[in-house]
Amino acid sequence: MKRSVTLTINGAARTVEVEPRALLVHVLRDDLNLTGTHIGCDTSQCGACTVLMDGRATKSCTVLALQAEGHAITTIEGLAAANQLHPLQTAFWEKHGLQCGFCTPGFIMTAVDLLEANPDPTDEQIRHALEGNYCRCTGYQNIVAAIRAAADALRQTRASAPARPSPALIAPSVGQPAAAGV
Amino acid sequence: MATLFGSGIKRREDPRLITGAATYTDDVKLPGLTYAAILRSPYAHATITRLDVAAARRAPGVLAVYTGADLKERLVPVPCAWNVPNCDLKVPPHPQLAYERVRYVGDGVALVVAETRAAARDALDLIDVEYEPLPAGVDPEKMAKPGAPTLHADVPNNIAFTWIVAGGDAERAFAEAEVRVKQRIVQQRLAPTAMEPRAAVASYNRGTGQLTLWATSQNPHIHRFLCSVMLQLPEHRVRVIAPEVGGGFGSKIPVYADEVLVALAAMDLGRPVKWTEDRSENYKATIHGRDHVEYVEMCGTRAGKITGLRTTVYAGLGAYASTVGPGIPTILHGLIYSGPYAIPNIHGTVYGVYTNGTPVDAYRGAGRPEATYLLERLMDLYALESGVDRIELRRRNFIPADKFPYTVATGITYDSGNYEPALDKALAMLDLGAFRAEQEKARTQGRYLGMGLASYVEICGSGPSQVAGAVGLGGGQYDSALVRVYPTGVVRVYIGGKPHGQGEETTFAQIVADEFGCPVENVEIVAGDTETTPQGWGTYGSRTTPVCGSAVKVAAQRVKEKAKKIAAHLLEANEADLEFKDGKFSVRGSPGEGKSFAEVALMANVAWNLPPGVEPGLEASAFFDPSNFVFPFGTHICTVEVNPDTGEIKVLRYLCVDDCGPHINPMIVQGQLQGGVIQGLGEALQEIVVYDDDGQLLSGTMMDYAVPKASQVPSIETAHTVTPSPVNPLGVKGTGEAGTIPAAATLVSAVCDALAPFGIRHIDKPLTPARVWAAIQAAGGTPNGASGNGKEAAR
Repeated sequence: MKRSVTLTINGAARTVEVEPRALLVHVLRDDLNLTGTHIGCDTSQCGACTVLMDGRATKSCTVLALQAEGHAITTIEGLAAANQLHPLQTAFWEKHGLQCGFCTPGFIMTAVDLLEANPDPTDEQIRHALEGNYCRCTGYQNIVAAIRAAADALRQTRASAPARPSPALIAPSVGQPAAAGV
Repeated sequence: MATLFGSGIKRREDPRLITGAATYTDDVKLPGLTYAAILRSPYAHATITRLDVAAARRAPGVLAVYTGADLKERLVPVPCAWNVPNCDLKVPPHPQLAYERVRYVGDGVALVVAETRAAARDALDLIDVEYEPLPAGVDPEKMAKPGAPTLHADVPNNIAFTWIVAGGDAERAFAEAEVRVKQRIVQQRLAPTAMEPRAAVASYNRGTGQLTLWATSQNPHIHRFLCSVMLQLPEHRVRVIAPEVGGGFGSKIPVYADEVLVALAAMDLGRPVKWTEDRSENYKATIHGRDHVEYVEMCGTRAGKITGLRTTVYAGLGAYASTVGPGIPTILHGLIYSGPYAIPNIHGTVYGVYTNGTPVDAYRGAGRPEATYLLERLMDLYALESGVDRIELRRRNFIPADKFPYTVATGITYDSGNYEPALDKALAMLDLGAFRAEQEKARTQGRYLGMGLASYVEICGSGPSQVAGAVGLGGGQYDSALVRVYPTGVVRVYIGGKPHGQGEETTFAQIVADEFGCPVENVEIVAGDTETTPQGWGTYGSRTTPVCGSAVKVAAQRVKEKAKKIAAHLLEANEADLEFKDGKFSVRGSPGEGKSFAEVALMANVAWNLPPGVEPGLEASAFFDPSNFVFPFGTHICTVEVNPDTGEIKVLRYLCVDDCGPHINPMIVQGQLQGGVIQGLGEALQEIVVYDDDGQLLSGTMMDYAVPKASQVPSIETAHTVTPSPVNPLGVKGTGEAGTIPAAATLVSAVCDALAPFGIRHIDKPLTPARVWAAIQAAGGTPNGASGNGKEAAR
């Protein structure tokens, strides 16, 4: 018996028919094709499925899709606006804060929430905030460095200009072809 | 133009990963997709007395249900691909779904395919199975003894093999030695826990007979080969695609029953089928690592010259021989027993033992962390017994730098090495004198600090294919690259390896961009699809950069040789007079005139004006088979504080000095080491797969299996020495496993140093607070020389 649920996903209203038992993460991945949100466990430990729900980092495996009715959900796909990376995305790239990348969207979404609440966290505070996110590749060191770098970048932009930050453009996957002449 | 080799440029794979645009296997969606779920045994050992799937077959949305009986005539059993020779290895049949008997918790019993994921899972509950439990055991030592429950009819005492490594005369060395130490060591079972669970999507075209299998694989060509064997399909009808792979650490090397089941179902139904394990399933059904019970001993002189090493190892294989399982505790373990030391007499006996546990296979380091751990524990014990300082003991036994290439007693030849500078550098980073003073002062305050170290050598970069064949591996160990230059001068490189986090899309692009003098953005590395990539053997064993990277280098050089011929023709010059600088061919002495690489690429591809006899196109492939393995090495040091009242350990500093030859991308090397060390510290401090006495898995979720968290681990201080390898054109050695290999030995050494006043010499990992506290209590509970009643009075 499916039921209808309406959510705001990355700024746009979406209505989907779901089984009452469907988890938000399954609806995001299977019905809305937002596969950047990952599933790494079945006990709400790993945090790979973390999204923002009304701006707060939330494990989308712990929320029934029906519970998300009327709420605003931001996934990793919605973070880079107009092809411009969010400062956290830039920082994870620059600080080598990822290897296989599977946990990365969850870490980035958790860090967005952290830096909203605490714009200048210590390393210890960052590590504490990451309690609910597991990474098996990096050993966390570069993730902490990335979040610290993003915090610095965000504070600087907020201090110097009211406009949105100007992070690096996403690199094209293939560079410019060389000029060819015979 | 500055060289890119040696530059820590940002990774080229990252933009898709940080934006959610990457495609992992579970992200693959196809028209008409169906979903599979697997019913797994809840018993470690049982006879299936009744299996009724009728209700499941009738359930809404269910398309098919398979049992072991349905499949046993249709599928070749899951093969073992490392049949280690000269050890009487017995490999009993491993059916994709168990029939008659289940042999571990997680053994597959039935497969359901349904219209939705939920319908498939619901239908599992409708399958009626009656089990008659049988006696079970998971301890490899106990399971090898007479009277233990037997798993397989043709394997007496569950002993799959008895493998011996011997060099020199260990018996005589021990008889004549002045100092002997011995220790029983347990190296616990670990769960690799790649963050991405395993998954498979299969699609079959009945018209062409073509099967396409998306799979979480570190080695798609091995998957293609073994799936074609199991399904009895011609190999060219099987295409395996490993898309984005979310970590492996060895657990995605094996070819599993599950992947073949999905393929078979897709062929039967004519619709694509997807299966994705959940984490609880992963802990049961994806391979585990380590699982040794070891009796080890070392002997030598009072002056600290080690003369002999002897081991007896019970290596748990789990219920079946996994893809490369038998090779891990033998070839990858026993052959490296000498470590960085010249030990003239070595004898090891390894029993491979079937147990009622999940199959054991390669987990990061695979055999070499176990070897390093037992060797370094013995070195510390020998130092205590002989009175020779443990740092000095290592120095006295290092293979001297002028002896390379050096053949150790186990018969393998180390390519290059210079061990003392790495040790010296690590000690300098620590400031040992200052630490000892702090430790002394702390002890007077009732605080216990310790310093531990481990030196290691690993064998990796596998390897000469001839050697692989000689040691029973059912495949080659060369690797491959195809470098294709497009008319506009941009380049795609198709490789036989399958990186899954190690960054070779960046490092290999650096190699090629250097060769062609082009921007790194002009080079794309393509991996993972058997349809487009040349035959290769995958990414594991720290082999991709030394072996596949060398193939990339050689193929790029071949392309450049052809480009040079064309450039000479276009410039109407002799090839011998040309030089290549900043991406341009020109006649030496007239740098103004010239042809850029892109100009040559265009001409090669349009072929309007080529030298006589030169074919159009600009591409080349290479299959690189190294002349030897590579042997990275280093020394790790860590300092800890142990709270004797609670057994808690705080890692104060962790320093590593590793030598993997020259770094193509230092940022990536550092990342590999940081992550590797933390995995090793997880092994040392908290990770353990726990079964009860009946083989019931107690650590079956992430709530129970203690993967290290950010708040639990230290930052790692990394440094390097650089000793190039002579066996590949890049001079590189592997670095994917280097962090893990000595980490557990280093940490345990530090804790034992901290607890030396309590008379503690060894504690089996993982050093959980409970274990450390218990060890302190067992040792008497009070430090020597402290006020109080001393050791004896505490109990």
